Amino acid sequence: MSQNYFALFGLSPLFDIELKTLESNYRKIQSESHPDRFVTASAAEKLASMQTATLANEAYQTLKHPANRAKYLLELNGITAVSDSNTAMPMQFLMQQMEWREALEDARAARDIATLEDLHHEMQAESKSLQANLTQLLDEKKDYATATEITRKLIFIDKVCADIYKAIEQLE
Amino acid sequence: MAYSDKVLDHYENPRNVGSLDKNDPQVGTGMVGAPACGDVMKLMIKVNDDGIIEDAKFKTYGCGSAIASSSLVTEWLKGKTIDEAYAIKNSAIAEELALPPVKIHCSVLAEDAIKAAVADIKAKQSAKEAA
Repeated sequence: MSQNYFALFGLSPLFDIELKTLESNYRKIQSESHPDRFVTASAAEKLASMQTATLANEAYQTLKHPANRAKYLLELNGITAVSDSNTAMPMQFLMQQMEWREALEDARAARDIATLEDLHHEMQAESKSLQANLTQLLDEKKDYATATEITRKLIFIDKVCADIYKAIEQLE
Repeated sequence: MAYSDKVLDHYENPRNVGSLDKNDPQVGTGMVGAPACGDVMKLMIKVNDDGIIEDAKFKTYGCGSAIASSSLVTEWLKGKTIDEAYAIKNSAIAEELALPPVKIHCSVLAEDAIKAAVADIKAKQSAKEAA
């Protein structure tokens, strides 16, 4: 990693970041490196501005999404939170996942939008509570081992949440 | 991404979808999840007194490759001993389904589900012997 994504946007490397600052600094970099500004520039300058825009885009996408931001913060601390070869998750959590998945499947089959919306709210609340937990673990306690577990849970919750949203969209 | 014909076949006509009675002392359950993509997989096997897998069922919430991997292993498991089942490698699943490199983790998930189900049935068996 040649440049820290947080530093690029003038942010401290924390989970609890000001999204407005991220957004506005991202827009600023994008407009400063916009190809229109480099029409008459040298080839080297054109290339450099393009690289800046690409990096800013990648950094923005990473920091904008809570699960990606947590993964990146853990990476900065030398921890790979997600690898293909590690499929062990707490049994209780997986059973809960199955229950939510089955509830989604049943509600979709019954075209029950109200139940899907309730499920969606439940998932959003779950996601929020995991994020609050991550703020504590990453920013205050620096407990990266537990933060890794929570980050992995957040990825599952986000996936269910997205699938519920898709089901609602299809029915509406 | 293009799926292979075998993946499509299992995805469109998944074999052995469903559940077995998890409280049955002859039934082992393996539950695993892939944090990389949020897929979850449940595999259940019914093992008779001779240690042979009589039945296998799965439920997978995930992409086509994850569904195909679990569907395929339920077919492979029937008639095998639990030790033979434990020896199934993800590479064999990936090869059979012609999974591309980015989908190899789906076959890893299926292998781990088998191992978890076998571990569960072994734990049930030794609990019975101890009783």
